[in-house]
Amino acid sequence: MTDLSMARTAPIAGFDVAAIRRDFPILSQQVNGKPLIYLDNGASSQKPEVVLDAMDRYYREMHSNVHRGAHTLGDRATTAFEDAREKVRAFLNAGSTREIIWTRGTTEALNLVANGLAPRLKPGDEILVSQMEHHANIVPWQMVAERTGAKVLPIQITPNGELDLDSFRSLLNERTRVLAVTHVSNALGTVNPIAQLIEQAKAYGAITVVDGAQAVPHFQPDVQALDCDFYAFSSHKVFGPTGIGALYGRESLLEEMPPYQGGGEMIERVSFERTTWNILPYKFEAGTPAIAEAVGLGAAIDYLNQLDRAAMEAAELELLARANTLVETVPGMSIIGTASQKVPVLSFKIDGLHPSDIGTLLDQQGIAIRTGHHCAMPLMDFYGVPGTARASFAFYNTLEEVDQLFAGLQKIQRLFA
Amino acid sequence: MTASKQQFIDNPLGTETVLNDVLDAFELLDDWEERYAYIIDLGKQLPAFPDDQRIEENYVHGCQSQVWLIHHFDEDNNRLYLMIDSDAMIVRGLAAIILVALNGKTPRDLLTTDVDELFEQLDLFRHISPTRGNGLRAMVGKIRDIAARQVA
Repeated sequence: MTDLSMARTAPIAGFDVAAIRRDFPILSQQVNGKPLIYLDNGASSQKPEVVLDAMDRYYREMHSNVHRGAHTLGDRATTAFEDAREKVRAFLNAGSTREIIWTRGTTEALNLVANGLAPRLKPGDEILVSQMEHHANIVPWQMVAERTGAKVLPIQITPNGELDLDSFRSLLNERTRVLAVTHVSNALGTVNPIAQLIEQAKAYGAITVVDGAQAVPHFQPDVQALDCDFYAFSSHKVFGPTGIGALYGRESLLEEMPPYQGGGEMIERVSFERTTWNILPYKFEAGTPAIAEAVGLGAAIDYLNQLDRAAMEAAELELLARANTLVETVPGMSIIGTASQKVPVLSFKIDGLHPSDIGTLLDQQGIAIRTGHHCAMPLMDFYGVPGTARASFAFYNTLEEVDQLFAGLQKIQRLFA
Repeated sequence: MTASKQQFIDNPLGTETVLNDVLDAFELLDDWEERYAYIIDLGKQLPAFPDDQRIEENYVHGCQSQVWLIHHFDEDNNRLYLMIDSDAMIVRGLAAIILVALNGKTPRDLLTTDVDELFEQLDLFRHISPTRGNGLRAMVGKIRDIAARQVA
């Protein structure tokens, strides 16, 4: 067994991981008699106390329906809810809160866009996605393609898990209507050069849609700099509550798109002769929204804003670098996805072991990872594997936890020897 | 090759290796490493599964791993024989425990065996609980359906 007690690199200035961990109550528990090591952040991240407090306080002090009441609580709830929207706008650097639509998450956001763009699509039109997409950025397009006669075409990837830019350019043409691509691959951790893709797709007049679910936990996107038409993310992956997410949409396109769901809030006036739509963003927000969750997401963004983001990103890359150097300590282990630009995600396989074996036996040691196809079956087919084991890190993970993961994997391998 | 009656009857799980063997062994194992090493070893006792039986109707859905299940009902002695295969070692081992509990029984005996209780006793309940999507529950459900059809 290789010695795991090698000298630590110096702590990163401005980033005290021990203090940060105290902000996340769930991390201090034991699982199966061992301290919890949570490395399934790609599936969902944990919540800092300030998020829990914000939601608790919302329900205790200001809950009411939004945009309705002629009363004080209604004003408080609406103010908290709209403040959260402003925080999301600033987080994405969108031009206006009219361009920030609340959704249940990335999946609903992508369905909203796909359905909203359907009237623009006709037989023969082409929708480009990539081989590394999450099913949420494939299936809604397939469903819309089925209805409209458009085609969904995959951009190929290279063996190390990067988008094949030659494949992308060869697919672009005057029939390309939509480019829907992920900013960061959930299964591989690859950071895609989306600014470049967006620019090239726009040259052909395509509408550009970015799945930002796996990007926002690690870095802050700038939708104006990217110049994308849509950008979607989920709150629960960015340290906020479940059940809410946001869609940035270019105002001119949102104006043109039909509503996604009908109901209260999204209308201006309803009659049996003619119903008219509310203004943006409310046109896309039928029904009572997830108010407490919006407030919680706002608190999560505030929390991230008071961290030193550059130091946080450096600490995350250190986790990944540490993991990469330890791979050789586990015979038969190999990394799936070795792109040059990655967030701290380690998808791997070990010869002779099924991913589910790895997941079960790490769980016995208090270590939580994800195993399976990661809702990216076309990607698993590309690599010829039924699934992978995936350790996905967040800024609250430590180098010691990376070491524990590898000590755990070494133990598992001895068990099967 | 197709599974012959003999292959079913030769399966040591539930015949040579019986439930008391497993319960006794578990008594002596005190940490998770020993327990899972034993489970993995049990999995190695699963007889070779006939390749031509890896077809849709024998596939157990709901597993991360691939799981296959076939059966043979012996009308002479009124006993139900089972064979299971999986590409995941832990699932093979847990399937072996299921076979130790259920293989070679009469359908009536099989239907009165409480597998949940057994897994609870072995402190393995989490593997068979409805929240764990590893297909063990689907496996047991399929076996019970087969037994129920013989009783009906």
